[in-house]
Amino acid sequence: MLRDAALSALVAFGLFGPMIGLKTEVGVAAIELIYRPIAVLIAVAAVFFGRLALLAWKSTRPVAKAAPGRIAGGMAYVGRYLTPIVLVLTITMPFYAERYWIDLGILVLTYVMLGWGLNIVVGLAGLLDLGYVAFYAVGAYSYALIAQNFGLGFWTCLPLAGILAAFWGVLLGFPVLRLRGDYLAIVTLAFGEIIRVVILNWASLTGGPNGMSGIPRPTLFGLVFNSGGGEGSFADFFGLEPSISHRVIFLFYVILGLALLTNWVSLRLRRLPLGRAWEALREDEIACRALGIDVTVTKLTAFAIGAAFAGFAGAFFATRQAFISPESFTFIESAIVLAIVVLGGLGSQLGVALAAIVMIGGGEMFRDFQEYRMLIFGGALVVVMVVRPRGFLSGRTPSVSLGTKRKIGADLMTEGHG
Amino acid sequence: MAYVLQQLINGLTLGMIYGLIAVGYTMVYGIIGMINFAHGDVFMVGAFLSLIALTLLSGLGVTSVPLALALTLVFAAGIAALYGWTVERVAYRPLRGSFRLAPLISAIGMSIVLQNFVQVSQGARVKPMPELLPGGIPLMNSDGFAVQLSWMQIVIVIVTLALLAAFTYLVTKTPLGRAMRACEQDQKMAGLLGIDTDRTISITFVIGAALAAVAGLMFLLYYGVIDFYIGFIAGVKAFTAAVLGGIGSLPGAVLGGLAIGLIETFWSAYFSVQYKDVAAFSILVLVLIFMPTGLLGRADVEKV
Amino acid sequence: MGAPLLSVEALTMRFGGLIAVDALSFEARAGEITAVIGPNGAGKTTVFNCITGFYRPSEGVLRLTHGDAANFLLTSMPGHQITRRGKVARTFQNIRLFAGMTVLENLLVAQHNYLMPNVINGLLAVFGLGGHGRAERIAIEKAKLWMHATGLTARADDPAGSLPYGDQRRLEIARAMCTDPELLCLDEPAAGLNPRESDELSNLLVRIRDGRDVAGRSSILLIEHDMGVVMRISDHVVVLDHGRKISDGTPAEIRADPKVIAAYLGEGDEDEVAA
Repeated sequence: MLRDAALSALVAFGLFGPMIGLKTEVGVAAIELIYRPIAVLIAVAAVFFGRLALLAWKSTRPVAKAAPGRIAGGMAYVGRYLTPIVLVLTITMPFYAERYWIDLGILVLTYVMLGWGLNIVVGLAGLLDLGYVAFYAVGAYSYALIAQNFGLGFWTCLPLAGILAAFWGVLLGFPVLRLRGDYLAIVTLAFGEIIRVVILNWASLTGGPNGMSGIPRPTLFGLVFNSGGGEGSFADFFGLEPSISHRVIFLFYVILGLALLTNWVSLRLRRLPLGRAWEALREDEIACRALGIDVTVTKLTAFAIGAAFAGFAGAFFATRQAFISPESFTFIESAIVLAIVVLGGLGSQLGVALAAIVMIGGGEMFRDFQEYRMLIFGGALVVVMVVRPRGFLSGRTPSVSLGTKRKIGADLMTEGHG
Repeated sequence: MAYVLQQLINGLTLGMIYGLIAVGYTMVYGIIGMINFAHGDVFMVGAFLSLIALTLLSGLGVTSVPLALALTLVFAAGIAALYGWTVERVAYRPLRGSFRLAPLISAIGMSIVLQNFVQVSQGARVKPMPELLPGGIPLMNSDGFAVQLSWMQIVIVIVTLALLAAFTYLVTKTPLGRAMRACEQDQKMAGLLGIDTDRTISITFVIGAALAAVAGLMFLLYYGVIDFYIGFIAGVKAFTAAVLGGIGSLPGAVLGGLAIGLIETFWSAYFSVQYKDVAAFSILVLVLIFMPTGLLGRADVEKV
Repeated sequence: MGAPLLSVEALTMRFGGLIAVDALSFEARAGEITAVIGPNGAGKTTVFNCITGFYRPSEGVLRLTHGDAANFLLTSMPGHQITRRGKVARTFQNIRLFAGMTVLENLLVAQHNYLMPNVINGLLAVFGLGGHGRAERIAIEKAKLWMHATGLTARADDPAGSLPYGDQRRLEIARAMCTDPELLCLDEPAAGLNPRESDELSNLLVRIRDGRDVAGRSSILLIEHDMGVVMRISDHVVVLDHGRKISDGTPAEIRADPKVIAAYLGEGDEDEVAA
């Protein structure tokens, strides 16, 4: 055991020695090196003791693992009580929380919505989409462009943004959905990058790297939210003291509504033939084909519906920020949303919401350690895949039953043919 | 004409770098059938290791350029190989036989880890490096445009070709190469016949990572600037090269690399530099849709 | 003798230099069980994959004629349309169930095209439009009938992956039957079954052929190694060897054909016959 840990430490020294120990710094004349032996020592020691602890824990633990089905069952039990609590806490949030927390809540809810949207594609249909952020971008830019060029309001543009994103989903999905899973992942990634690069360089339309600003804010049945109040404003109509926090609260409920809509649609679809076909597709594509299911069309609908929700979220993002730029739509955003879906347990709605709260909310607390945050994201993806490849809250509830519905453990769910 | 020739030279040099990275993708794909998403980042780590080694050597007073290059090559390849080994050991091996998307997601996680690890440990700023081997051989001069084959390009081409020759020998003529090809055909059967598949797969990652690190050194020498983000784009392009050449095929990877290098260079020269990445990505999409077996790949018959 | 349902004409399938099926012609008639037998590697599954659209044949014509004289050229139809319009259903040698879905769900997925005639309809169902509720009730009724016929009623809500092997085989047949096929293609349905289960299977197949005590009827095309099953229930047997047809006739004729005996015994595969 000590030998193993010592070996790990040796490997760690090889890995970290040069990278951490010798930091290259752009000096006055040339590149200079900064020596950091202490940091290397700490990192190597961490690996040594970490490995030791892991081995010790493994040797004390009984070999037989707890049945995955039981974990899933336990989670379902917890979920039954947790869901309403989380929901109530969320809905009442503007009444007890400060502005900062509501802003954070809006951000988290945006990711919850994106996670639920992507969950349709990855969790239900089993299509690994690494370019999901492209549809988010399409939604955001659609809203910004339509609003600025045609003067339409947020509520008119919202469905348009979703439809446009879905349209792009179909357009991009049609040729590539025949590809095998891992090829599909790379192609969607490539598409995501293509869209971003085009936005970045088509400066006359999109403002290029400078982005677009002055995107109109949403209204409530024509009532505007502004800090000055005045004729036709929300504050004026209800006779309230004009306050910017009205808009924040309004935005909070808008995104909450959109997220819940996403949730409702995906839960509903799961129990309909379309959703069942998605899950069947995830389980075995060849069997689906043999049952006369048009595999391409079925995949395309998952892709398009997922894209539409990303489009809605994008439009919301644009109206909330009033400013968008290509920087918000990099691959790393796709990776974050994917991480949320994966950590939450592919296919689990509550899991996705909790993962978004932990990752976005938690990440936001450590904003000063931005790069460490991504380091931890990446590490978490690896660890979760290694420990519980199907995510934490995995397993599925049958969509229909004759008797009582019992949760199906993740161990039975196959994924891999075709 | 002169301009075309110069672009041709530049494109081939760039293509060599892509080819070296693509070999790693294609080998790993051939043997365990997964896209090693973190491979581009191993390349990036290799570039950083090269920068560190070169700076260290110049600080130690090593002035001979060939010696410095040789030492750097060995150092970067060695440490990057260790990275490759660790990535496989930590993120992929426990997932063998797991559900289809698991290794890919784990690989994406590993890619993020490597990227941010380098960002944290080496800083986010772009690192420039002075030109190590300035000058070159002037080839021709017409209409005031001088075509030059730089020393750097010569070094890149020679080292790449030498490595690929050695590597081809390794795969086709040695017992290790035979074991690798056996695992590619049928891992279970290879295991039954006494081949240590785990070890063979590890070695595949080690070799792929070492080649990627060499590519990283070349990239550093050629462009003179690196940052922690280069692995992503270069990785996707090299993957495109591997797919274009026919994934699983080693000569295909090099061929695909050259093709991508040429296309990118000519695209930048004649159309638009801003959209050069779009060109590469579009090729990837088009190849996968219309020619999924690539130039030299075998057709895969779907088993039902 | 029934009308020809499926006619295979000069079917050839090449993989690179290997000829898996060589100019094969035979007919499967409506209302009959047609068995395709032959030693391992004779090309039986390849024939199946051509018929069900998983492979595109190198040469040859596959023609399907329904009872209502509707005519289909299977070689020019996309895979899923062969099941949907051609009404050909199949099972797989290595069972392909949706393991994480329940028995009932498996049977409902099979009725997908009935439940969701098109995408618009499928999306309208989200808002409770398009008459989906009624279709679902009918589909569940049909699933119940097939669960009853295959003895799976008690396991309706169990995940398919947790069923014992024999149950999985029957579920795959029930699932194929839920697509309302005219032709049911079974790839070694008796493989791995014990004698009692084989008997039950034979019984089920005969009932499906005759439409007796089950929710629908279908002609059957069968690949099988279990000669007991083949000889007992087949109306017509086609024998393949090395991709070619070496014999074609009633079970009795096949049994007496020296070429068939040579193909089995000559290649040293004695246990094939014994099995």
